Formats: sequence, structure tokens, C-alpha cells
Amino acid sequence: MAAPELFMLSALVVGGAASLLVVTARNVVHAALFLVVALVSVAASFLWLGAEFLAWAQVLVYVGAVIVLILFGLMLTRAPIGPMAQHNENRKLAAIVAVALFALLTGLNVASFGGETIELRTTGAGQLGEVLYLQWAFPFVVLGFLLTVSLIGALVLARREEGEGPLPDPGPHEEIAAAREPAPTDATPIPGGPTPGREIGSR
Amino acid sequence: MAAIYPLTFAALLFSVGVYGVLSRRNAVLVLMSVELMIAAVVVNLVAMNEIVATQMGDPLLTGQAFALFVLGIGAAEVGVGLAIVLLLYRNRANVNVDDAELMKY
Repeated sequence: MAAPELFMLSALVVGGAASLLVVTARNVVHAALFLVVALVSVAASFLWLGAEFLAWAQVLVYVGAVIVLILFGLMLTRAPIGPMAQHNENRKLAAIVAVALFALLTGLNVASFGGETIELRTTGAGQLGEVLYLQWAFPFVVLGFLLTVSLIGALVLARREEGEGPLPDPGPHEEIAAAREPAPTDATPIPGGPTPGREIGSR
Repeated sequence: MAAIYPLTFAALLFSVGVYGVLSRRNAVLVLMSVELMIAAVVVNLVAMNEIVATQMGDPLLTGQAFALFVLGIGAAEVGVGLAIVLLLYRNRANVNVDDAELMKY
């Protein structure tokens, strides 16, 4: 067995074991940390396939950002940190479905791509960027728009409702900005005229 | 390299993700399993890109460009998904997906 196949096989074994631990770990934080290992092995498989930029994008976006988001989600939902049953009663059925799906997919892969070989080459970041900004420019811009929309959507969804949070009633921008300023400790007016923050605070 | 290795890796990740989505209770763990499935799709896209490039050449790098788009969409998905999970937690005080059955029937 040649070296690239050995490397890919090691990524397969490590990533497969880590992903199995992701879905079977009884501690939710351990599951999130095993997800790191699984995603890093996915990035390693990108490297063996020659997709350099994608590998580092995977490390930055998934291992860097998504895992942090998920850990924050675990923390904010006060997930029970500690070993406990995390599976519902569908566990056996789900295992049967997953094994059957894996058998089906592997059979299809062997039937379709059993004899294919990949001629390894390196696709540098410059090469990918060239086609991305010339041929794929419009989808790329649409992706940026989608990311902006999802950011705003997530903010709107996760924002606290009126009267629930620490902020006072939402009003014009000046009121909110003034309310965020530290409250005045004494009532002596500042020489030179009242500041807008003081006006709001005294209301 | 034989093309079957990355394709098997993708199939394994996808099946494990399906198992996690079907059997986990915590909504955040379900999201993590969805991440595994997305990673499997990306591995498949990159592998197919290399197969096509080996056979007939691929000057557009279609598979890698799509893989990059899937990466971005996955990041957007996990952001919105976690916002929805937070909303679920705020309204129901737990994130058990089996209990979220308000619209079941």
C-alpha cells in the first residue's frame, strides 16, 4: 500500500472513531471535543486530496468558530455537564438505519468508483481563488449575502424580548445610548450645560 | 490513490451523523451530528473533484468551489440553528428534541 493510501486510511480510522464517539459519548462536552478530532481528520483528508485552501478553511471555520459556537450553545442551554443518558428510545432502530445506510453507500461507491484512481495533485489557494473570483464570482457574493442574512437572523432570534433583558425599553438610538452610559453618581450639574445622558437619567 | 478511500470516509461520516440525528436527545448534539453529515458531503465533493480532474481535467475546480460554499452555508446553519435552540431553551427550559412536539399533529 502506497503512502497516500496509508495516510487516507489513517484519517478514515481516526475520523471514524472520533465521529462514533461524538454520537455515543455520554458527556456532552466530550462529544463536542471529539467533534474537533473528527473535523480535523476531515481537514487532513482534504490535505491528502490536495485541497490546501479548503483544509485550512475547514480548520479555521469549523474547528475555530463552529466548535466555539457549539460549546457556547451547550453552556447557554445549561446542558447537563456530566455523564447521563443522552439517547432516546429509537437508539436500536437508528443504529440499524445507520448500518444499512453505510452498507448501501459503500456498495454503491464500490460499484461506481471501485476501479477509479485519483492522480494526486496540489490545488493551491491562488489557483482556487482565481476561479472563485472569476468563474464563481456571483455565487461567492451570494454566499456573503447569505452569511450576513444568517447573522442578522440569528441576532434577531436570540435577542431577548422586551422587558426580559437588562436593557430598558427600546426607543430611539439616543435613549439607548444614553441609558448605556454609567449613571451619574452625584446631582451636581457639569459646567457647560447638561449632557444628554444626564437628561435621560433624570427622567 | 484509489478513489474508494475518501468515498468510504464520507459514507462512514454520513452514516454516523444519521445515527446521531436519529438517536440523540439534546438539540445541540443533534446539531453536532448534522455537522458530521455536512463534513461528509464536503469530503465527497472534494473527492469527486479529484476523480473528475483525473479523468478529464477540471479547470473550473467545481467540486472545491462547491465545497467552499458548503463550508460557508454550514457555518450559517450552525449560527441560526443555535439561535433556535436558545429560543427553545428559553421557552421550554430544556432542549430535548423529543419534547418539542407542539406542531406534531
